[in-house]
Amino acid sequence: MAVEGAPAAMERYRILPHTADGKFQAFGRTLDEAFGNAALALASLMWDWEKIGPRVRHFVHVTGIDREQLLVKFLSEVIYLFETKRFLLGRVEGLRIREEFSGFKLEALLEGEALADAHELHGNVKAATYSDLKIEECDGFTVQVVVDM
Amino acid sequence: MDLRKIGDNVWEIPKQGEMRVPAIVYSSARLLEDIRRDQSLVQARNVACLPGIVRASYVMPDAHQGYGFPIGGVAAFDVDDGVISPGGVGYDINCGVRLLRTDYDESDVTAKRKELLAEIFREVPAGVGKGGVTKLSRSVLKEILVRGAEWAVEKGYGRAEDLERTEERGRMAEAAVDGISDRALERGIPQLGTLGAGNHFLEIQKVLEIYDETAARAFGVEAVGQVLVMIHCGSRGLGHQVATDYIEAMENAFGVAGLPDRELVNAPFKSSEGQRYYRAMSAAVNYAFANRQMIAHWVREVFARVLGGAKGMDQIYDVCHNVAKVEEHEDGGRSRRLVVHRKGATRSFGPGRPEVPAPYRSVGQPVIIPGSMGTASFLLAGTKEAEGLSFGSTAHGAGRVMSRHEALRRFRGEEIRDDLARRGIELKSTSWKGVAEEASEAYKDVDEVVRVSDEVGLGRLVAKVVPIGVMKG
Repeated sequence: MAVEGAPAAMERYRILPHTADGKFQAFGRTLDEAFGNAALALASLMWDWEKIGPRVRHFVHVTGIDREQLLVKFLSEVIYLFETKRFLLGRVEGLRIREEFSGFKLEALLEGEALADAHELHGNVKAATYSDLKIEECDGFTVQVVVDM
Repeated sequence: MDLRKIGDNVWEIPKQGEMRVPAIVYSSARLLEDIRRDQSLVQARNVACLPGIVRASYVMPDAHQGYGFPIGGVAAFDVDDGVISPGGVGYDINCGVRLLRTDYDESDVTAKRKELLAEIFREVPAGVGKGGVTKLSRSVLKEILVRGAEWAVEKGYGRAEDLERTEERGRMAEAAVDGISDRALERGIPQLGTLGAGNHFLEIQKVLEIYDETAARAFGVEAVGQVLVMIHCGSRGLGHQVATDYIEAMENAFGVAGLPDRELVNAPFKSSEGQRYYRAMSAAVNYAFANRQMIAHWVREVFARVLGGAKGMDQIYDVCHNVAKVEEHEDGGRSRRLVVHRKGATRSFGPGRPEVPAPYRSVGQPVIIPGSMGTASFLLAGTKEAEGLSFGSTAHGAGRVMSRHEALRRFRGEEIRDDLARRGIELKSTSWKGVAEEASEAYKDVDEVVRVSDEVGLGRLVAKVVPIGVMKG
């Protein structure tokens, strides 16, 4: 999260109010960076990712027919890894999005820890949705996502 | 938004533009203020534009904004020309409510309610990241997906009579595992027999008021003060994964051009994607039935242990409030087969329908409407009128009016616990933050929701119940 007084460009994401679920905007100088910050924003709704060290690594590779689907599938990966591998994301490394003839591809290395008693969970994100989803380019990139909680 | 009042508690958005049918909203003026504050009505209008929609896009009194379809939305599509949409079912497939009766009076459990709740809390896994007690193999999970609550009963969780008192007898016959992804299976394996978190809860309740003695007696609700148990949960990560998978599959097959909202993605019901989704959704429905069957069994075991018996702990009913089903409905003087989507809406079939269990067929099916944490819940009976009004559907609960974020800012879980304790309600939760998020002030007034339901004829009021013990995930 942004440090008070720091320039706005340093802000990774912002959690927004939503009646029934979780909503956030994530920012980046590049689309890659904005996607990486979106994963951290999602993590922040469930655990404190800043306290998670790089002990376990998961390489992820997703494809999408467009950037929106790519984002939903990438965020779904974080949920899937949490529920099935008990993986708590702490850092996104080397995220790279490529446009190809048939759509988009994303590769990234997710670093984090396996869930243990010492960790505190404070929310349950169950799905990433297309509801109000936005990917905008204007002085860098902003992505907006609503997640089901 | 052009919204016209067309009757007491009935409003219409007339057919215009791309709408194929009008949208009909069942709401009081007071509830409508909440409904109008978010995108619910725009969403109801978008649903009215979908191919093959029949009669109207309906909005229940507890409606709030969902993804694509509003929550509290009902839409029926022709099986031949219409569509099926994962957004019309929701992510938590077969989120639903099970209600057990008992022969106990409030006075029998007051002294032991702390112990009862503590024991249930120990037996029923709940909360974020909490796995179940059963270790499942993939092949057993697949069997559960096909057989639902039947599997659970066969394994000793509950009784055969419970099945008769479960919507679809606890098993949707259309279920198949061919379209269930490995990911959905992986998410389903650790979570069977768990309550989950969020708005899911388990309550020990007492009957506060009986409005319809005949229906109440048919349901096994005999007296004020009688103790009931309510279980509210769904298909956990498995159902969410099925929704996620099929939204993607339908996007890939049919594209997203022309959709006002991508969560409205759909497939012709008769197409291969439509049929695959329907079978996979039915499998997730069965998982949720098995889940509630197991939890109900553990609750009975706790009552037996703590009170020395589980006297009269028969199931009243188990309803789904996130589902799509093929049903016969009268339309224009003829019977039609329709795919009825109920998203945050409860089936409310009246007397005579073959789907209603034999013991209830003369009074209508039990409709279980849970309130928010610590507030009243209601038991209604389905009506004949509802078939004409909403394809036999009514509300499903209170519906949020405040964001979790705002609730966290305003309330503290520990204070809510103390406040409930002062009102004689015991609370146990895995997370105080979760309790604050679910503060009853963050929800609509459920009393008003059921009053509208009763006045319009969507569901007839039978009894009001209030909690004496609440367990939150």
